[in-house]
Amino acid sequence: MITLSHYLILSAILFCIGLYGVYRRKNLLLLLFSTEILLNAANVGFAAISKFYGDLTGQMFAFFIVAVAASEVAVGLGLMIVWYKRRGTLDIDTLQSMHG
Amino acid sequence: MIETIAFYLFSAVTIVMFWITVSSKNALYSMSALAAGMIMISGFFFLLDADFLGVVQIIVYTGAVMALYAFGMMFFDTTREVKENIRAPKLVFLLSGLTALLLVIAFVAPIAADHIKAFYPMVEGVENPQAVGVVLFTKYLVPFEVAAVMLLVAMIAGIILAGKKMDESLTLKIEEEFQEKGAK
Repeated sequence: MITLSHYLILSAILFCIGLYGVYRRKNLLLLLFSTEILLNAANVGFAAISKFYGDLTGQMFAFFIVAVAASEVAVGLGLMIVWYKRRGTLDIDTLQSMHG
Repeated sequence: MIETIAFYLFSAVTIVMFWITVSSKNALYSMSALAAGMIMISGFFFLLDADFLGVVQIIVYTGAVMALYAFGMMFFDTTREVKENIRAPKLVFLLSGLTALLLVIAFVAPIAADHIKAFYPMVEGVENPQAVGVVLFTKYLVPFEVAAVMLLVAMIAGIILAGKKMDESLTLKIEEEFQEKGAK
């Protein structure tokens, strides 16, 4: 029998994988992939809460998260293309231009 | 029974796929694994009776977002291995582990307290997409409109940023340069 805890623990595991990616990745594109994992993990948690408490609010939040993710990708990719054209790399370590 | 098997199968595949995404050195493998993981996530939504959300997950994430990433990766050199200067992996593991612990505590704490009540209970005898529509267009109409405006803004920003004149800077230019261009 699958309970709410199963889903929440799965969601936490996926979130940790995404968080590990955010900590570890030094490439902007792969960093954006990791944030997608974070958003998806949150979505699983919301959908599970929605089902086990018989409330549609969780699914609503999941929809808005999907919308936020879509716009984030559009703007993020645009910025990354501009950056790549100017610098020729997506490494985060080269992102700093002020040497303070 | 079948639900249990499906849950564990989907969880195993999703975790493996997302792990490949965060650990692969090749950006193309990373993206493919992420797309596969997204499809598996939609399996969870179907298990959770959130049919509409599952379909949206497939269409928006694996359809639109992944296609956008694939398109964006055409601009970058993706066949080469990603070179990353990774420092202090132990610290990363420690931080991730501590965050994991915190998250589990945060998730388990409200379940221990049994005070949660349904704010917008599911409508009886109605399929999921219909119930979602009823709630979305009554209680969440304003956030829905705001999300629409946000997507429009994001679309315009994406077009301007990745537009034709990609060799020129649009943000760091002074006004005279623009006027010169217009005069020509």
